[in-house]
Amino acid sequence: MLDLFLFVGFPYIAIALAIAVGIYRYFSDRFSYSSLSTQFLENNKLFWGSISWHYGILLILLAHLTAFLLPDLHLAVVGGPLRAVVLEVTGWALAMYSLFGLVLLAIRRLSDTRVAVTSNLADWLLLLSLIVQVALGLYVAVFYSWGGLWFTQTASSWLWSLFTLRPDISYVQTMPWAVKLHFFMAFVIILLFPFTRLVHVFTVPITYLWRPYQVVIWVRKSVRGV
Amino acid sequence: MDVRAQIAAVFHLDKCIGCHTCSIACKNIWTDRKGLEYAWWNNVETKPGTGYPTLWEDQEKYKGGWELANGELRLKLGGRVSRLINLFYNPYLPTIDDYYEPWTYRYEDLFNSPEMDVQPVARPISMITGEPIEIEAGPNWDDDLSGTPVYARNDPNLKNLSEEERQKLFEFERVVFFYVPRICNHCLNPGCVAACPAGAIYKRAEDGIVLISQEKCRAWRMCISGCPYKKVYFNWNTGKSEKCILCYPRVETGMAPACFHSCVGRIRYLGVILYDADRIEESAKKSDRDLVDAQRDIILNPFDEEVIKAAKANGIHESVIEYAQKSPVYKFVKEWKIAFPLHPEYRTMPMVFYVPPLLPIMAFRKGEIYELAKDFFSTPESVRIPVRYLSNLFTAGNEDHINYALKKMLALRLYKRAQNAKDVPEEEVKKMMQQMELTPEVAEEMYRLMSLPTFHERFVIPPSHRELSVERSADVYDTKASVGFGFRKPPQRGM
Repeated sequence: MLDLFLFVGFPYIAIALAIAVGIYRYFSDRFSYSSLSTQFLENNKLFWGSISWHYGILLILLAHLTAFLLPDLHLAVVGGPLRAVVLEVTGWALAMYSLFGLVLLAIRRLSDTRVAVTSNLADWLLLLSLIVQVALGLYVAVFYSWGGLWFTQTASSWLWSLFTLRPDISYVQTMPWAVKLHFFMAFVIILLFPFTRLVHVFTVPITYLWRPYQVVIWVRKSVRGV
Repeated sequence: MDVRAQIAAVFHLDKCIGCHTCSIACKNIWTDRKGLEYAWWNNVETKPGTGYPTLWEDQEKYKGGWELANGELRLKLGGRVSRLINLFYNPYLPTIDDYYEPWTYRYEDLFNSPEMDVQPVARPISMITGEPIEIEAGPNWDDDLSGTPVYARNDPNLKNLSEEERQKLFEFERVVFFYVPRICNHCLNPGCVAACPAGAIYKRAEDGIVLISQEKCRAWRMCISGCPYKKVYFNWNTGKSEKCILCYPRVETGMAPACFHSCVGRIRYLGVILYDADRIEESAKKSDRDLVDAQRDIILNPFDEEVIKAAKANGIHESVIEYAQKSPVYKFVKEWKIAFPLHPEYRTMPMVFYVPPLLPIMAFRKGEIYELAKDFFSTPESVRIPVRYLSNLFTAGNEDHINYALKKMLALRLYKRAQNAKDVPEEEVKKMMQQMELTPEVAEEMYRLMSLPTFHERFVIPPSHRELSVERSADVYDTKASVGFGFRKPPQRGM
């Protein structure tokens, strides 16, 4: 029963809330959409913390996403023994890299008074969840090795069952507690999306690469019907 | 020809007394809020000096503005991809310590102090953390050359001055300085707009005011670096960038911006000019020497029939064209050629122009006759502030422009002196007037606008025709008699 809630009910609730609240917030309080950078207040620790965290987690998420969306490709890539080892070790390294960044960011947020006074409960909730999640990921990667191989058979299949609206928890029911907790925390973080600064992920300014440099607005021409 | 209108300004530096009234007027209206305590959309700097934020002119440090790379304009910050790569950490961002940590005093200590042998003291506390701090910097820390060895001597504009010229600048007996008030330049080719990954910053074509959409800003912080004048400020509380808005709510209703309105020395002029947007890029690409001329060329003659036709075709209202014909900015910049942009070499085409300071001139009385030092401008030792220094500030190193402007103003000064005090030889005046192509009519007009202008001669603000915008965007009868009272949410950090 608990598994049913954790791995079927809760994911659906989290995703529904993330989308609904995210959209509501975008249209009713767009001002609140911001990365809320504190680089202006503290520059040195941020260099080590922010760069390690962001680039580490981006690559890790990319690996998760490929395994989930393109399991065949993923398996083909990690198929050989040597390649599997390389991926395994790279994964550990990246996890440690991003965990190092996160912990440094947490220390910074605590110890630098200027940053500390700008922090609120949501910031801390998010930061701690991320630390727990990355630490769990590293734990799973180390103690239940070859995740690159078993991920597609278990987590991927379970996620696909959720997305195709045929939820099947048999894929994850027998997993060790750490793995289960890692799955659960993933949806906790999705739930946190619309309520925290995490929304900045959805506003990554990729259009900057092709928009014209200058933005000029004719107030009288840009309005509808003219 | 793509004609747009721009509300531009002239600051006459000879009249600036460095009183900071403009800064206070602005602060009281716009930035007296949590998160922007440190920010001065309008500030006044002593020159020579390192300014605010410290060394803002050092673009090797802050990477503001544009540069020419193989004949193409490129942000000094690098290409577009590098902006996205640096999203997580902007290596060129000034931090609050480059400005100053804002502070107040714990005044209650004065009242709550127990009886002691000494007077109680109100300790300074940080307005960010609330903790006691040692005050180490402020927005005008080097006012009037204070701390010269640390500040004025490190002014980036002294870069190509000879050792002798430098020594002379700071010689105790003849030390010299002047003030440069600075606001956002509302550039034609703004670096902040180009650097913003979110596309949150835009220029209004009707009046050229550059604004940041607070709803679109995501705190990627690139505008702060992109602006070479460091006139975009990060609100550390709301996590949004903010900048001078040229008091657009005032300008739209025909009032002068607060800093202009409050100026004690009446140094500021505001007027509309018409410019050709098709030629912005081409002009910004000119060599350093030609930048001032290029920027002048792009400003169109509002009396020209072709220009008027093209302006109307672009939807510029007839009244705006009329105001462009009366614009004091047009006179200073185009007709008289005595006002220059601040650091044109940043290639953002700033729209605030400065009349360089003549400073108290070196002259002496010979009997009943008032005489200028011989060969006033050709010998560097007779000029109190080196022309080279002024040219580094206002003309990208082109000394001809500065010499021309100073000589013209000097000719005007002699002309009026001859008229009122009658102690300058007339041939001398005539010669100088002729040399500077100055007719008595133009001289009188210049004198009038520089010395005795009325409020409405200084600020020639075109009607903004809000009614046209409103009527086109919404049926005004829809909202008539609807909501008189409403609810507004104060800006707050995050959700």
